[in-house]
Amino acid sequence: MAGQNGTPDAGRWLAVLGAGVMGTGIAALAVGHGVAVTLVDVDRSRLDAAPASVDRQVRLARLMGALPPEAVPGDLVTGLSLAELSTVAATTPAAVIEAVTEDPDAKAKVLADVSALVAPGTPIVSNTSSIPIDELAPATARPVDLIGIHFMNPPYLIRTVEVIRGPRTGDPTLERVRMLLAALGRDPIVVDDAPGFVTSRILHPMINDAVRVVAAGTATVEAVDQLMQGCLGHPTGPLRTADLIGLDNLVDSLWVLYGRTGDEGCRPCDLLLELVRAGHLGRKSGRGFYEYEGDRHEHEGELS
Amino acid sequence: MTTSSDRAVPETAGGSDAVQAELLRFLTARTRKPWTADADLFASGGLSSLFAMELVVHLERTYGIAIRGTDLRLENFRTVWRMAALVDRLRQPAPGGRGE
Repeated sequence: MAGQNGTPDAGRWLAVLGAGVMGTGIAALAVGHGVAVTLVDVDRSRLDAAPASVDRQVRLARLMGALPPEAVPGDLVTGLSLAELSTVAATTPAAVIEAVTEDPDAKAKVLADVSALVAPGTPIVSNTSSIPIDELAPATARPVDLIGIHFMNPPYLIRTVEVIRGPRTGDPTLERVRMLLAALGRDPIVVDDAPGFVTSRILHPMINDAVRVVAAGTATVEAVDQLMQGCLGHPTGPLRTADLIGLDNLVDSLWVLYGRTGDEGCRPCDLLLELVRAGHLGRKSGRGFYEYEGDRHEHEGELS
Repeated sequence: MTTSSDRAVPETAGGSDAVQAELLRFLTARTRKPWTADADLFASGGLSSLFAMELVVHLERTYGIAIRGTDLRLENFRTVWRMAALVDRLRQPAPGGRGE
């Protein structure tokens, strides 16, 4: 599947940068759909844990009936840098997707490195949840190749993805990304560039408000989620969703939104900041607004 | 992703009694609810269908089996009977090999 035999399908592999929750989830989505993945992370321990995490998520996706039954799993290769791996890969990837920390500088650095490595015309995708694509564009050698895909968590269980077309994103880039998402069984909704695009611009201040309601003593965490689920049809409730996103990631995203919109509703509230300072980051750390008992790994990726 | 009925699922084979008993103990400890061997675990009011992944890991660790390929179907984990039958089948050497 890594495609070193020169067949027309040879380009059908994906590079994913960042082996955190989203990076491994995106890798699992691709592998489960028969697309080979090269997964890169600078952190050796995270990289070492990645194959087992991807395998577990592919099996979860299969169990949930979220993968095409006939798909032969794609190969997974891991490495500490794309440069190191590029010397062994004979073809260019179908796309490079960065899923590193939600920090504009960190993303800009990775995008600059990557655009220097891959062939022009290869879509360079940021899986940012809130940073405007055009703000990242100057870091790349070819802004025309840059585009945003905001996968939801977990990527292999949620079919709809938000695709962000920056003002400098080229038509061929959008077309290639559409083909890639079709191969991955995802349904893209294409929107214009803005801080937080659509989903985060609406969801993140709403979660922030839900935390404020709890901090004010109006209702418990459980009551807030039960009302949002039972009365308003929210699938998991905003606070359980926050735990799933990761409270640190949520705070990062809220700062991005606040800094670019000036909307006070996007300023992370005190209780949210306190939880992050205390290391209660949500499901991935075993505790956020809820506690997650048992082996963390077995819960990672659950929607509940 | 759960069915709308909480009826028992019709069964034919149920696997070994020891496996069934162990699974019932595990479920009761894990969910703090009593279960029967023919109860539909994922029926409404039951467990989240995502709990099935925890069952997969438990069965693999406890019985030294690997549940892969087409065996990874929610239907195989719907009742204690079905899980016990799956364990019995996977613990026997597969003559022609199982499809991945």
